[in-house]
This record gives sequence, C-alpha cells and structure tokens, in this order.
Amino acid sequence: MSERSERTGQHSSPALTPPARSGGGVSKQIVRPYGDTTGDGMVQVSFTLPVAHDKRAEGAAVQLANKMGIDPAMVVHAKPMGDGFTFFVVYGRVNHLVDLDAVQVVERDFALLSAKDVNTVIKQRLRRKLSVVGACIGTDAHTVGIDAILNVKGIAGEKGLEYYRELKVTNMGAQVSVPELVETARAEKADAVLVSQVVTQRDAHLHNTREMSAAFREAMPAGRRPLLIVGGPRFDETMTDELGVDRIFGRGTTPGEVASYLVHALITQRKAMA
Amino acid sequence: MTGKLDLDPVLVARARELARRAGQPVVDLARSHTTVSVERAVLRLAGVSGADPDGIPWVNRLVDAVAADVGLGHGVAVPVFDALAREGGTDVTLLAQKAAAGSVRFTQPTGRAATAARSAARRAVGAGIRRIDRRRAERDRLIKRHGDPKQRPWIYLIVATGDIYEDIPQAQAAARAGADVIAVIRSTGQSLLDYVPEGATREGFAGTYATQENFRLMRAALDESSKELGRYVRLTNYASGLCMPEMATLAGLERLDMMLNDSMYGILFRDINPVRTFVDQRFSRQVHARAGIIINTGEDNYLTTADAVDEAHTVTVSQLLNEFFAHEAGLADWQLGLGHAFEINPEVPESFRLELAHALLARELFPDAPLKWMPPTKHMTGDVFRGNLLDGFFNLAGALTGQGILLVGMMTEAVVTPWLSDRDIALQNVRYVLGAAGGLHEDFVPAPGGFIRRRANQVLGEALDLLERIGEQTLLTAIAEGTFGIMKRPADRGKGLDGVAAHEADYCNPATDILEAAA
Repeated sequence: MSERSERTGQHSSPALTPPARSGGGVSKQIVRPYGDTTGDGMVQVSFTLPVAHDKRAEGAAVQLANKMGIDPAMVVHAKPMGDGFTFFVVYGRVNHLVDLDAVQVVERDFALLSAKDVNTVIKQRLRRKLSVVGACIGTDAHTVGIDAILNVKGIAGEKGLEYYRELKVTNMGAQVSVPELVETARAEKADAVLVSQVVTQRDAHLHNTREMSAAFREAMPAGRRPLLIVGGPRFDETMTDELGVDRIFGRGTTPGEVASYLVHALITQRKAMA
Repeated sequence: MTGKLDLDPVLVARARELARRAGQPVVDLARSHTTVSVERAVLRLAGVSGADPDGIPWVNRLVDAVAADVGLGHGVAVPVFDALAREGGTDVTLLAQKAAAGSVRFTQPTGRAATAARSAARRAVGAGIRRIDRRRAERDRLIKRHGDPKQRPWIYLIVATGDIYEDIPQAQAAARAGADVIAVIRSTGQSLLDYVPEGATREGFAGTYATQENFRLMRAALDESSKELGRYVRLTNYASGLCMPEMATLAGLERLDMMLNDSMYGILFRDINPVRTFVDQRFSRQVHARAGIIINTGEDNYLTTADAVDEAHTVTVSQLLNEFFAHEAGLADWQLGLGHAFEINPEVPESFRLELAHALLARELFPDAPLKWMPPTKHMTGDVFRGNLLDGFFNLAGALTGQGILLVGMMTEAVVTPWLSDRDIALQNVRYVLGAAGGLHEDFVPAPGGFIRRRANQVLGEALDLLERIGEQTLLTAIAEGTFGIMKRPADRGKGLDGVAAHEADYCNPATDILEAAA
C-alpha cells in the first residue's frame, strides 16, 4: 500500500465544484474543504496508532487516511510515543462532498446563554432571585448528578448553578423523601425543582419521578407549581408527559444548559405566552 | 524575598500578622471540637481496617456505635479501648464488628478503668504513627537511592481513568515520558462521601476512587518506575472533602508524597460546613507534617470562578491563611505547595505581564515554599492550537518565576480527558520551554518602577486591605458573608455539620497528643 504514500504534496488538480449560489434556489449547494484553493478538499488530521514507529506504521497511517477518504494522504509527522504507539499528523485531499441542503441539525428549543446573560435576564425581567431546589429522592444516595449541576465546582469546566448570582439554590442532598421535598419547595418558594436519579434498579428512577410529580400536583394548584425537572443517565428525554414533569435531562447535561432552560421556561417563554 | 519586586518588608510582616489574627480564632475552634472523620482516623491508626458486606468501613460502624452510646465529645478512643478490655480481646476490628451487630455497649469510664483505657489507646495509636514514621524513613531512603528530579519545577501530571489497573500503566508511561509527580484524580463527588471506599476499584466517574488499596497499588507501581528511571517518582492524591483526616492518615500509611489539602476549598466549592472543614483540616495537616507529605493548596480554584485580575489579591490572602494554618499544624515551609494559576483572560492587554507579576509576587512572599503553578483552564476552548500556545506561555511564566511544581497543561482541556497523544504533546511543550529557558529566572529581574513591580505591589496592597477587613469581623463571618469567591457559607450550615462535636472536659485523642508532643 505504500505506493500510495506521498510525502511530497503533489496531487492531481481537483475537480472544481464551486458552491452554487445562483438565485433560483433550486440548485444544490455542494462544498468541499478549503486549503488554499476553492475546491481543493484539503484537510489535516492527527491520530495515534498502537504500533511501534517504523515504515509499516507510516503505511498503516496512510491506509487509515485513505479509508477516511483522504487520497492522496501525506504523513507529514510521525513520532513514537511510549512503548508501541505512534502519533501521526496527516494532510491530504478528502474526496467527500458536503451537500449543504442535506445538512440536518437538531435545534435546541431554547437558547444557550452564558452565566452573565442568565443573571441579566433574571435580574431585569424577574426582578428577584430565581429559587431552585434540588435533591436526590428515594433511596438513591448518588449525589454525583445533582452536585455536578448545583455545586459551584460544576462539571467539565462549567460552574454549577450556585455560581449564578441571580439563582438561589437549595441543595437538599441525597435520600430526600418526597414530602420533605414538597415542603422545602414550598418554604423556599421554589420556581423550579431539580431531581436527580441515578439508580435504575427495578425502574426506581421512573417510580420515584412519578411519585414526586403526583405529590406536587396534589399539594399545589397548577399555576403555583414549580417547574419540575428530572435528570439522570438512564432517562428517555421524551417521557415528560408520562412522568408528569416539565423537562428531562439525560447524560452529559451541563449546568449552563439547565440554567438556560430555566430562563427559557420561567421567564422568556412565559412572558412570550402572556 | 530576593528583592526582585522591591516589596516593603513592613507590609509583608503586617500581612502575616493579619493572617495570624484572622486564623487564630479558627484554630481555637479546631482545638476545641472533633468530628466523626477525625475519630475514624484515630481508629484507623489504632488498627481498625476493612468494611462490612455493604462496603461501609468498620471505622464508620464503630464510631457510629460509640457516638450512639456516649456521644462524640469524649473522643472514641477511650470508650473503644475500655470496651475492648471488658470484652477481653485485643482486636479492635473484631470489636467494631461486634459493635455493628449491637452486642457491645460503650461507656465513658472513670478512675482506673479510664487510665487503663487511655494508655491502651495510646499504645495502639502510637503503633499506627510509628508505621507512618517508617514510611517516611523509607521515602527518604528511596530518594537518596534514586535521586530527586534534576530540574525545577517538578513536572506534575494527572491520570484518571476510573480503573486503578488502567491508571497504573498510564502513570508509568507518563513517568517514563518525564513526569516527576503523578496525581490520580478522584471520582467526581468522592469528597462528599462520608466514608472512604475499600479495596481496589475499577470504575469511577471521571476519576478513580481514593482507597487505601488503590494508594498501595499505585505507590508500588511508581516504586518500580523510580527504580527503572533513576529518580524518585512522587504520588499525589486528595485530602479534601468530608474524609480529609482519614485520607491524610491513609496517605501517610501508604507513603503518598503529596496531598491536595486546602483550608477553604471544601467550604466554598463543595458547601461543606466551615467548622467541620477547619477541624478536619487541622488534624489532616498534623498528619501530613508527621508523614513528610507536601500539601498542595487550591488557590487556583478562586480564579476559575472570579476574575483573575480583579480577584488576584484573594489568592494572596488565601496563601497567607493557608501558610498560617499549615505552620500552626506543624508543617515546614518545604511542605507548602501553595497554589496559584495562569487564568487571566488572554484577551486582556498585557495579560502575560500581569501573570508574571502575580506569579513572582507569590515566589517572593513564600521563598522557601515549593509553589504549585496551575495551568490555564478557564480560557481554554476547543481551539487546541491556541491552547498549546497558551500552555507554552504558562510554562515560560513558570520557568521565569522559579515555580516549584508545575501541573502540566493540556491543549485538550475542556475537550476530552487527555489522550495519550495530548499528554505527549503537553510534555514536549514543557521540555522545550524548560530546556530552552529553564534558568531564565536568574536573569529575570523586573525593572524598578516598571509595570510588573507596580502590579505586584498593588496586589499586595489589595490583599492587605482584604485582610484588614477580615480582621474586623472574623474569618468565619467573612466566609459566611461571601468574601471569598461569591459563595456565602454560614458556620451553621453545610454538609457534615452533624458530624461535629464540641470537646467534653475529658476529651481524649491519643493521635493529636502524640502529634503535638513531637511538634
């Protein structure tokens, strides 16, 4: 396969596919990566292969690049790392086309705001601190999720909700009973209640969530109920109606997403509907 | 001080005096209270080990049983060794098992029984402290045999897979690639567990659980690496959170070399009760002092929540407080890895000169402490190319200002947990800067009256103002009112408060007695 390995940068003149922008609106928009000439298709990638550095390793890198659609591929850098690993930097022309009309993105139904923007919106439009009560309910002792969202420490470099000046956070911790949660939500005049459920044995997370939402429905009239949010790694985010909650957050949710959603659901959207 | 910043020695002395004044009431509080974790640490030193079938350590079961019968305020050592004498045994772990089953009652003895229990407890705890002493002597021998790193700063690298058996080869590879210190990051949320998990662990959340067995396995692996590489490779973990005293004790018993151990981090960032934290911290620092462990403080964290320019002086204030608490607990200057970080927004004009001013201020204020220099995290984005450049400047600032311990920055910070190649590229960055400019601190003397000197003196001035304000309240009030970071943490709130008890008149803690007698 090494006959395809080219370290010199030569490549056949690319088939030019200029992005069609004619006014008709029917023509497809096709683009390719841009190195220094329109349509040249040039990309750079870096990766590690679990093989010691030698001629064969470089050939293996070219093979991988070719399979990724990079052809010709130039291994511009290969460096042994530790025992039996080699790091590669590869430049080359990718033969894939991008059809802009076929791009599909899942839009979040609320805008992602910075901490500063969250604080500003609350301050200007709610004119008081937004009260959030969080807990792990039932026998679940895993506070990892609720702490990642609420503690200042946060997760993945993002600060938790405690960090937001305009949020008043009450973190009740683990093994909180549903009546205690309802009582605290009432005492703290909670705008939102966040419940984390990690343990899923015998669908405990689903039972607990239903019990919680039913208790809030029973204790408070519809207009006075806090926003009910549940989170955990094993929830299906589409089950809100079934569980009686306003929103479900799954694995990998960050505090910033939760804060942005709170602002959206409690302020921006509510005002828009009023 | 070397005079590179022309700091006024009168102001520096005043800052230390103010830190002492702010810290002393907290020390008095720590001396008159105990916690469940302090008492569990005493029992660990006395030889209680292992856990029940649910994974709850026997030390937890035993402390809970004693507290239920006689409360925590006498200390658990005397009631435990009194019960042991009455049961006619010598095995404290067996006693814990019986207590957990409810077949032992505890009382606070008086008279001859009390005297006998005190001396039995002191013998048992003394044996535990002698084990720590032996581990320290062993470290000294190994450093003599293998040697210290050739360069300063020491290169500090993080490993965190969640699986101790995966961590080990990664740590050994990192050591081969140039790391002098390996830190095993803990599983997310371990700081809020009120017990120390047991045994070797293979799964964690974004980190590996700190357990005595994991400590032992990693230390043994790095001993092999030290032998292979001809330099002693140090091991770091975390004495923070609710089990700070026990973590320190286990670190001493398993010859860990450095421990993260900040005075206020748990209060501010984890909402742990302030009194719990200060009591736990003092005991843990006494153990660290005895074990010859270098502590790393967490000032870098303030700069991740607050602005690194506006709040630079809070780092200085915290360093001074950490120094006071550390000295009071018996730690020597060489054990104070006071923290600070390269966290100024790179878009701020002259950001690098500001970083140099702050880093040199810490160096000048604490000339004999091995300062811990922390890399950029807050302004790292997915742009790995820019991140690598920023890390290069961070490394250069470390070399220019003579930092003691350099935590290697990753260009993939905020993107992924570091890949093998990320670590290799990061170490290459460090090696290039230290190789090209490692001695530059000798030549780097900021111009008199220049930007860097003016900035450093300004930060020192602001630190003094803040210390004066704290002095007018007390440290606990300042923390309650949100002086540090933006978090308000009242002394009667926060996690772990129910595990705090005031000393009774007959409080007995043989570990503290032995540790304070030596100091």
